Amino acid sequence: MNNIFNYNSATESETMSKTLNFIIFTTLFLLLSSFSVSANSWEDISKKAKGQTVYWNAWGGSEEINSYISWVGTRVKEDYGVTLKHVKLASTADAVSRVLAEKAAGRTTNGSVDLIWINGENFAKMKENGLLFGPFTDNLPNFKLVDFSGKPTTLLDFNLPVEGYEAPWGMAKFNFVFDSARVSETPKSIPELLQWSKRHPGRFTYPHVTDFLGSTFIMQALIELTANPEVLNRSVKSEVEFSKVTAPLWSYLNQLHPLLWRSGNSFPSSSSVQQQMLNDSELDIALSFNPSATSAAIANGSLTESARTFVLKKGTIGNTHFVGIPFNSGSSEGAMIVANFLMSPEAQMEKQNPDIWGDSTVLSITKLSAQQQQKFKALPLGVATLPPEKLGPTQPNPHPDWKNQLSTEWQRRYGQ
Amino acid sequence: MRLLPAFPFLTQLLFLLPIAAGLFGVLLPALGYLPDLGGDKFHFEVFRQLLEHPALPHAVWLTLFSGIAATFISLSLAIFLATMLSRTSLSGNKNNRMASLFVIVRRGLIPLIAVPHAAMALGLAFLVAPSGWLVRWFSFLLMGWETPPEWVTVQDPFGLSLILGLVLKETPYLLLMILAALPQIRAQEYIRIGQSLGYGNLRSWLKLVLPQVYPLIRLPVFAVLAFSLSVVDVALILGPSTPPTLSVLILRWIDNPDLSFRFLASAGAVLLLLLTLGALLFWRVSEWLLLQKWRNWLSNGKRGNRNEAQKLAALSGLLLLGTAFLSVLGLAFWSLSLRWPYPYVLPQRWTSRNWERHWTSIQETSFTTLELGVIAVLIALILVVGCLENEQWRRVSFSFRSQWLLYLPLLIPQATFLLGIQILAVRLEMDGTFLLLVWSHLLFVLPYIFLTLADPWRNLDTRFPQIGQCLGASPLRVLFRIKLPLLLKPLLVAAAVGFAVSVSQYLPTLFAGGGRFATLTTEAVSYAAGADRRVIGVYGFLQALFPWIALLLALAIPHWRFRNRATLL
Repeated sequence: MNNIFNYNSATESETMSKTLNFIIFTTLFLLLSSFSVSANSWEDISKKAKGQTVYWNAWGGSEEINSYISWVGTRVKEDYGVTLKHVKLASTADAVSRVLAEKAAGRTTNGSVDLIWINGENFAKMKENGLLFGPFTDNLPNFKLVDFSGKPTTLLDFNLPVEGYEAPWGMAKFNFVFDSARVSETPKSIPELLQWSKRHPGRFTYPHVTDFLGSTFIMQALIELTANPEVLNRSVKSEVEFSKVTAPLWSYLNQLHPLLWRSGNSFPSSSSVQQQMLNDSELDIALSFNPSATSAAIANGSLTESARTFVLKKGTIGNTHFVGIPFNSGSSEGAMIVANFLMSPEAQMEKQNPDIWGDSTVLSITKLSAQQQQKFKALPLGVATLPPEKLGPTQPNPHPDWKNQLSTEWQRRYGQ
Repeated sequence: MRLLPAFPFLTQLLFLLPIAAGLFGVLLPALGYLPDLGGDKFHFEVFRQLLEHPALPHAVWLTLFSGIAATFISLSLAIFLATMLSRTSLSGNKNNRMASLFVIVRRGLIPLIAVPHAAMALGLAFLVAPSGWLVRWFSFLLMGWETPPEWVTVQDPFGLSLILGLVLKETPYLLLMILAALPQIRAQEYIRIGQSLGYGNLRSWLKLVLPQVYPLIRLPVFAVLAFSLSVVDVALILGPSTPPTLSVLILRWIDNPDLSFRFLASAGAVLLLLLTLGALLFWRVSEWLLLQKWRNWLSNGKRGNRNEAQKLAALSGLLLLGTAFLSVLGLAFWSLSLRWPYPYVLPQRWTSRNWERHWTSIQETSFTTLELGVIAVLIALILVVGCLENEQWRRVSFSFRSQWLLYLPLLIPQATFLLGIQILAVRLEMDGTFLLLVWSHLLFVLPYIFLTLADPWRNLDTRFPQIGQCLGASPLRVLFRIKLPLLLKPLLVAAAVGFAVSVSQYLPTLFAGGGRFATLTTEAVSYAAGADRRVIGVYGFLQALFPWIALLLALAIPHWRFRNRATLL
């Protein structure tokens, strides 16, 4: 490249264009070399990751989850020299909007978010706006261990193909929590829940729809109440369709709301606030998105020892939660290290232990070594957790489109 | 010496720049202009959207009601308490039982200023919730309720618990401001005159002292009003959620993943500014109207001395103190509990686990809090001392206008200009830097330090520095050898107040820090969303503890330093 500077006789404009060429070539070269780095082997990723700091933006409302994340931090520090910082979010949307703002302002490197715990509509939002780095999951050795056939939602997030832009790290399934010291008979369907509320006014509520558990409850009710739930798996076609499909839901909620806590005039702001209300005896029935979370909360002391769980006869919504890497992360290698570690048998086993968090694994147990399988099987179930055969069928999460429109309509009807 | 004129200039620049930038940064998007998000034309469409938003009318009503009511109640309580407290300090009658009660109230209320708003709100939320501490005791001692009563207390639709939370914090602040202003108007002598003419204590106070003291505390009152209208953390914890106050609504719009909500948020922030200005104007007009109405009463010559008023003041003071104390104590208990379900009045199981588990995080966030507070306070002290020195040596007083400028950050809603600063900072790639964070804290720390330090500085006997000069000392030497040692106590108190202000900043830390700097306050408020009271207890208690220690140090160091110079204490 030195010979570029040897054209002494060149006119000024020629020199200019030469310099321009030089710049273009250099840029291209650098770009190409950076591409080859990202396609590099796991060893190269590990090497680059060493010493990086990963700012993991994750919902910070649960004591159990926060201490699990801090355990992950100490482990990736030990094994890979990656420093993990948990940025505790009140709502994942905060971080999504920050990355969006950065993109809008033209910040393409060294963004403030390196790893983000997402799924559903936040994933849809980020993917649609080109905010995600990747596809990267094929680079991660532990990705192969995921149970794709048994847990199809690891590839389809709210019916949206994941395509390697986020790595699965846990399974969720909607369920109800109740205090067995006060409740003897639990409802087995959405209509039965209304009957129960008529007998026990003010003792049940669900979180505000801005919370994921609140919107999941609405969708759960919709799946059971609407005549033809299959349409929920695709996007909303028209306003007419939306109002036709959701009509039974609104008439149900109109009946249910006067029977809720504070007559439905106020809703708990989040699932954890609702859990606290169960512990305070302000409620008899609450909601959860993790069948083992109640056992974990009892072990942890944040729920009374008489708390138990139940599910609906026809089944409940289940999905997978993921981690993604924003396009402008300056520590994408470090973030990949963390994502890979989260899918490791060690991390998954720790997470599934109800004394720690109780979040179900995304891995296929049969793909593990005999010793690891043994360890997984030896994990305790937890005092309030239903055994797998009693958890009922799993229903897919409706398309994010439905969720967004349901939230807007709910806010219009009840949120003011 | 030659550098002195630079101080007021630098200070004003430091203030004008971000505030102007912030206001511009929020006004442009409110008018539809934000090229980053595709807004390249000016129009009023966003305001139309804002005014048509279904949650808006109620949010505006709630904001105005809670803000004005909180300010009015705080001011009335503060005046009431001040009439009584100033009297006991005047007569020095230690045998009176009432007098000793007032001493307790006085000693107890002042440190409350140091407890950050969020910590107090969190503690209060547990205290007064339908399943909270008070109800638990009540149920335990009397009723034996199996389930908590269906009362609506915390997050009530009228914002009453929000008002209570604000009153708990603002009353001690206004009281301190009144007590600090009393010597300036020689209140003691006026009350003696009043009493010698046969007026009771309360009447002499209201008729002779209040009309003189009120203009001196008008600015702090305005600051309290503006703060109450735009407060976010307390409203998040104690205020209603469907719909919330305007400031919380703005925060929700900012957090919306749909970035087009930024326009709406900006318009909301402008509306909040207009509401605040409107409320300040309303307050000023009401003052005038009240004065017209009471002018006769002031000079009607009626005497009388009612003791019930005194008892009422003592009672309200004790009630205030008790509520605040129980709120903080509740937090401390939660931080040591493993399991504490309803209806237990004390934790079912105790543990130190909450502290152990968070120890690393506590260390980190405590360090950030400390670092941020100390740096902001040091910079503010240097600037304030520089400005005050400039004023004295060059005999120019810090003009009335620039003094108002100094209070601008306290009068403009935080959400308004911080949002603008954030939008600009992202453009300048300055967001999430420590520098911006310190700067944003400085905006709030500096006015309070100036407020605390200005009077002691101006009132220092000028003969001391004159003697120093006559002995040939340079102005710098006079400053370091004479003035600073003489003013050590007010300096330290100002530093402690500034530190407390820095510790309690929530929005500035969130906006300027870009989520990368966790302080005790941001942790406490984000855990408040998570509702685990045990962790809230840990952070809330620490949040209250830090400023307390700072205040204790500020009072203890002069004692130690001047142990052989009793008159300096």
